[in-house]
Amino acid sequence: MDVNQYLEIFIEESLEHLQELNQNLLSLETNPGDMKTLNEIFRVAHTLKGMAGTMGFTGIANLTHQMENVLDAIRTGNIEVNSSMIDILFECLDYLSNSINTISATGQESSDNANSIIAGLNSMLTKRPETKTDETSINKDPQESKMKFNQYDDNIIKKAAQQNLGVFKITVVLSKDCMLKSARAFLVFQTVERYAEIFKSEPKVEDIEDEKFDNEFTIAIIAKESEALIKKELESISEVAEVIFEKVEVPEEQDIKDITGVDNEEKETFKSLVEEKETGDDVQGKKARMGKTVRVDIDRLDKLMNLVSELIIIKTRLEGVGTDSKNQDMTEAVEYLERITTSLHDAVMKVRMVPIERVFNRFPRMVRDLAKGLSKDIILNMSGEETELDRTVIDEIGDPLIHLIRNSIDHGIEEKDERIKNNKPSSGTVNLRAYQDGNSVVIEVEDDGAGIDIDKIKRKAVERGLLSSSEADELDENSAIELLFKPGFSTADKVSGLSGRGVGLDVVKTKIESLNGLVEVENYRGKGSKFIIRLPLTLAIIQALLVNIGEEKFAIPLNVIRDIIVIEASTIRNVHGQDVVLNRGNVLPIVRISKMLDVKNASSDDNEELTAVVVKKGEKNAAFIVDSLMGQQEIVIKTLGKFLSGIRNIAGATILGDGQVALIIDSNSLI
Amino acid sequence: METATFARQFVIFKLENEEYGIDILRVKEIKEMMSITRVPNTAHYVRGVINLRGEVIPVIDLRKRFNLTEGTDNNNTRIIIVSVDDIIVGFIADYSSEVVEISSDAIEEAPDGIGSVDQDYISGIGKVGERLIILLDVVKIITNPAV
Repeated sequence: MDVNQYLEIFIEESLEHLQELNQNLLSLETNPGDMKTLNEIFRVAHTLKGMAGTMGFTGIANLTHQMENVLDAIRTGNIEVNSSMIDILFECLDYLSNSINTISATGQESSDNANSIIAGLNSMLTKRPETKTDETSINKDPQESKMKFNQYDDNIIKKAAQQNLGVFKITVVLSKDCMLKSARAFLVFQTVERYAEIFKSEPKVEDIEDEKFDNEFTIAIIAKESEALIKKELESISEVAEVIFEKVEVPEEQDIKDITGVDNEEKETFKSLVEEKETGDDVQGKKARMGKTVRVDIDRLDKLMNLVSELIIIKTRLEGVGTDSKNQDMTEAVEYLERITTSLHDAVMKVRMVPIERVFNRFPRMVRDLAKGLSKDIILNMSGEETELDRTVIDEIGDPLIHLIRNSIDHGIEEKDERIKNNKPSSGTVNLRAYQDGNSVVIEVEDDGAGIDIDKIKRKAVERGLLSSSEADELDENSAIELLFKPGFSTADKVSGLSGRGVGLDVVKTKIESLNGLVEVENYRGKGSKFIIRLPLTLAIIQALLVNIGEEKFAIPLNVIRDIIVIEASTIRNVHGQDVVLNRGNVLPIVRISKMLDVKNASSDDNEELTAVVVKKGEKNAAFIVDSLMGQQEIVIKTLGKFLSGIRNIAGATILGDGQVALIIDSNSLI
Repeated sequence: METATFARQFVIFKLENEEYGIDILRVKEIKEMMSITRVPNTAHYVRGVINLRGEVIPVIDLRKRFNLTEGTDNNNTRIIIVSVDDIIVGFIADYSSEVVEISSDAIEEAPDGIGSVDQDYISGIGKVGERLIILLDVVKIITNPAV
């Protein structure tokens, strides 16, 4: 069979499964006894095995098969979860993701074999205590049959009793050398169904079909024929070693209450059964939800977005025509068009929105590995994973966050002894928070480490000749922290494998700023530090103020504008070569954009009254002098393309209603 | 014995009084002059950007690119839209008249110091009858740093 056409689906789905596996392994580590997680891991391993088998990737199939064995042993209680086992399971995960990566790059499975990992898994299995035989013998005892009934089943039993039908539990034991257990089980089911109705089975029917049972299984039936007849029929099936019938009594009304009230153990099992039922429902719910989603190529989404952009441009143009014309119908039609395009834009934007969970997902594992490598205890708290961001931002934000988290763990959080000496809990905490704040999304990386050592930064800066020592003395805390974002600056005393190479914070800053975002730092000496990233919610379409400068038109994003003021030319003072004006009791620096952007014939140069757009960047403000204001408009951001990438002071371009191109001013670089 | 020859088609345009050619496979379309938005802080030969059906495309003034005398735009001025991989740019040319087919044996290597265009940007000289056509290397014009 040619399976190449499925390769892409295989890779995509495998990656999803691995992500799930990663999460579940982490939660298993923190909560080793959680059956729900374990089952989930088992399910993932099993799915991967099936998929890899179909695709002919034997390495993956072998490894996942061995994983199943170990997981099954944990599930049945034969071996216990410990940290070395989690390590090996993580190794499996790494091997699997490497394999998938190789497959996606070359279409072939890599030739590295997983023998050492498989051997590790095997050694886990051999360590298991010899309880297995005992347990099966216990299981054989019909009195101990594991099957419990829930309320739903009880109702069925009651109804059957009303119709005078017998209800039985049948435990079927297959002979030890039975080869095709599921086929035999199928025969048993078929035979029983001729004379009775099966309403429950233990293990579940799906598991029996998958041969996920030892040598026996139990079914609950409502018999239409006599017990003896069914028993005889069943015993005549070959390889069936034993058939044990057990009459089920009709439950009393208060039975359940009794169980919960009297028998604690019973209560436990009852609870776990309910839980199991719930997990089953969960899985089904997931499946149902999956059925309603469609995978869409990102390019198609981008194309759709472009078309919506076009529509908005033409809408803006129509608005201009509409207001000029006196035709009432035209005005109404344009208004209606505007409502539709706005909804369409919102809808398309939503399609492009992805929860930040997708980026956060990889951090628990990363933090775990880092913490182990540095022998620090780190607790990672994440919140706001459901916060949504534009897909383009999501794709870019991962690396900067990795840098920040690494910094926090490596530089921020102190060694264990030092923490204890400083009366701090021995394990450090890193808080990763995401939340929406107005039109932007804020991501915070906070640690409770030593904070940023301002003196150390100054010392390093002097050492590197960035500052003279007298300059360093005068430097305030904020400007010192700014130094951290300079290329090549590192305060680490030793270069570790993690950080300290001096690439990092400058890269973080550049990246965030290229996304029209901001990075701020809050520093609490001795208590920790907090890096705050502020990102625009969407990148593609924004509200902007259009301004005239000379004969040219420029757009300033509305979200950076504080207000618009008129300045008397006579009130402008020159301080240290910088024009400033007093505004609301604060000194406001003046930026003459016409000079920064080489605009010719700007009238604002010699006017008595100047129009200024006050633009904010974090805490700082600046007044941009413009000739006149054109008005607010929804604009579609277009990049200037690779050929013109990285132009100073310009963030992009947009197309106006009349088809002209207007440039978008990058206010961050001008302040 | 005849060596295998193959013909390539070139879009011919004029700068000052010389004729230049660009491989037609690189050319997406030829537009009449349209309004160009100046972009500050770019190389001197970048005239600005245009709106090409919703896409913002940079436009290079070839006269400035090759350090020729500055010309004025008129009715014959054309913007030749070319693409190299995923980069699309427009070239401003004085006049674009025709597409000619030049067989590979009529193309010679550029001798030193021909015309006024830096030799780096010339991929060869094509002969069409009595005319000599300077064939440009579009990739180098776009990717090489500013002169």
